[in-house]
Amino acid sequence: MQGPTYAAPRPDAILLDFEGERQDIAVYETAGGYAMARSQAGRPFEEIVQELKDSGLRGRGGAGFPTGLKVSFIGKGSRYLVVNADESEPGTFKDRELMLRNPHALVEGCVILCNAIGAGAAYIYIRGEYATEALVLDAAVAQARQRGYVGATLPGAPGAVEVYVHRGAGAYICGEETALLSSLNGERGQPTAKPPFPAVSGAWASPTLLNNVETVATVPFILAMGCKTYSELRTEQTTGTRLMSLSGNVARPGNYELPVTATFGDLIDGCGGGVPAGRSLKCFIPGGSSAPILMPDQLDVQIAVETCAAAGTMAGSGAVIVIDDRTCMVQLALRVADFYRHESCGKCTPCREGTRWMVELLKKVESGQAQRAEIDLLLELCDRMEGKCLCPLGDACAMPVRSYLQHFRAEFDAHVEQGGCPGGAASPFGALYPELKRSLPLVPA
Amino acid sequence: MAIDTLYQEIQTEIAKYPDRRSAILAALRLAQTKYRWLSPEAFEEVARCIDLPVAQCQAVASFYDMYFLAPVGRHVVEVCTNVSCCLVGAPDVVAAFERELGCALGETSTDGAVTLRAVECLGGCGWAPVVSVDHRYLEHFQPGDAAQVVADLRAAPAEEH
Repeated sequence: MQGPTYAAPRPDAILLDFEGERQDIAVYETAGGYAMARSQAGRPFEEIVQELKDSGLRGRGGAGFPTGLKVSFIGKGSRYLVVNADESEPGTFKDRELMLRNPHALVEGCVILCNAIGAGAAYIYIRGEYATEALVLDAAVAQARQRGYVGATLPGAPGAVEVYVHRGAGAYICGEETALLSSLNGERGQPTAKPPFPAVSGAWASPTLLNNVETVATVPFILAMGCKTYSELRTEQTTGTRLMSLSGNVARPGNYELPVTATFGDLIDGCGGGVPAGRSLKCFIPGGSSAPILMPDQLDVQIAVETCAAAGTMAGSGAVIVIDDRTCMVQLALRVADFYRHESCGKCTPCREGTRWMVELLKKVESGQAQRAEIDLLLELCDRMEGKCLCPLGDACAMPVRSYLQHFRAEFDAHVEQGGCPGGAASPFGALYPELKRSLPLVPA
Repeated sequence: MAIDTLYQEIQTEIAKYPDRRSAILAALRLAQTKYRWLSPEAFEEVARCIDLPVAQCQAVASFYDMYFLAPVGRHVVEVCTNVSCCLVGAPDVVAAFERELGCALGETSTDGAVTLRAVECLGGCGWAPVVSVDHRYLEHFQPGDAAQVVADLRAAPAEEH
């Protein structure tokens, strides 16, 4: 048992290009920090938007939306900046390390964006479990206040900027932007229909710019190095670096900041040292547990948004989970589906009912009580969920299960033929299932 | 007076927002810190402090995983059993805690010291398996570590969670 261990900085790193941490504002300032908060405070909105558009920066939360375009959409009136620090997609732990090691980059990004859009306050919505990280951010904001970046008007700025840390209370769905805003507004964290988009009606029904931690923290660095330099690190449609969270059956897990031109092989084998000796790569999850899996022959796929899409999956939150040959794909499907069942907010029918049926069918398959037709029923269930839910959570449950079936249908069939799990004893999820069985009644056969 | 302390803390939270309703998560967290779980009486007090209906406070609290709507032990041990932690041995960590505490997931040890829960991804996947003890993360957790953690918790006074 030991604390988190951090990977050494990579040569192309921008956000985490240093060893250790920079929680002390003096250390951050010595490294050039807050220079952009000062120098850009009076810069017109249109110029900042153009810089961000020219940089090619895309949102790092999961959807990959062009950041400059998003900022340009902000409506008129009393505006807010909200930062999505509700990092909850299984496999993702990049924003946590970023907030622990470079909290002032996030605070500076908040100050720059608030001044650019004329917002008086930024709210950082951080997941409740990140108690330590919330305290680190509180301390960083207090230091920034003492130095006059927060709570005071910087020369040329439209007004004073406040930065608040708002702690969540444990709900994956609050990472979805409209659910996050429901939660911030003091309601149950349920998504709402779009339109209206947050840019028009978000926090307290005001125009709201809502971005991920990594996206906001990247803004000072883009302005410092210039959008042209930043955009030189690029694939066709994605620029810059990404923090990639590497976990699972890999020798050296951790966060690695890589240029978007890197491949999954560079990450898993180059940075992570590949799967531990004596085992082989079965497949890997490229962008959080909701992403369709990729196979060992797809290690040359680049980590960029459009390259992942072309490979039939998504870059998502940059969470790569490596799965070795011991894992039973039916058990993995059940574990993933049960997560989404637990996190479904219950508001729309395809998700509320679909996630529950997904789990119950998978339980039947896993325990060997299913008939072959029920495997096809799983695919039909995916059809009935994908694209039919109020928010992406239903898709997030269906997409991975469909991809496991697509690549490992024979494993599902084997459960039916053999009346149970062929590899259950060796699978890392096997020991978990007595727990699930206790809490989830089987559907009567 | 203790009641006034909670009231003041909640007013400080309310001041951060354009609408007091937004302070509800913080208000519930502060009440839970004080009372260890959200009893009907705690909901009444939160509702009074934030000037919202009790039903609204209960509706919000029941949506989230971190509010305890039933009594818990002096300490809470949460084991992540999501994908990345399971891939590197989380089920063995669960089994070790069940053995040391003599209770199953979702239960409290008979001496009232520890409530054991399985939770979804805590965001520590690169340093898995992860266990959260009263909201302090313990990374790279091995089943053999459970005995010492349980012994320490049995000897320690109650903490915020």
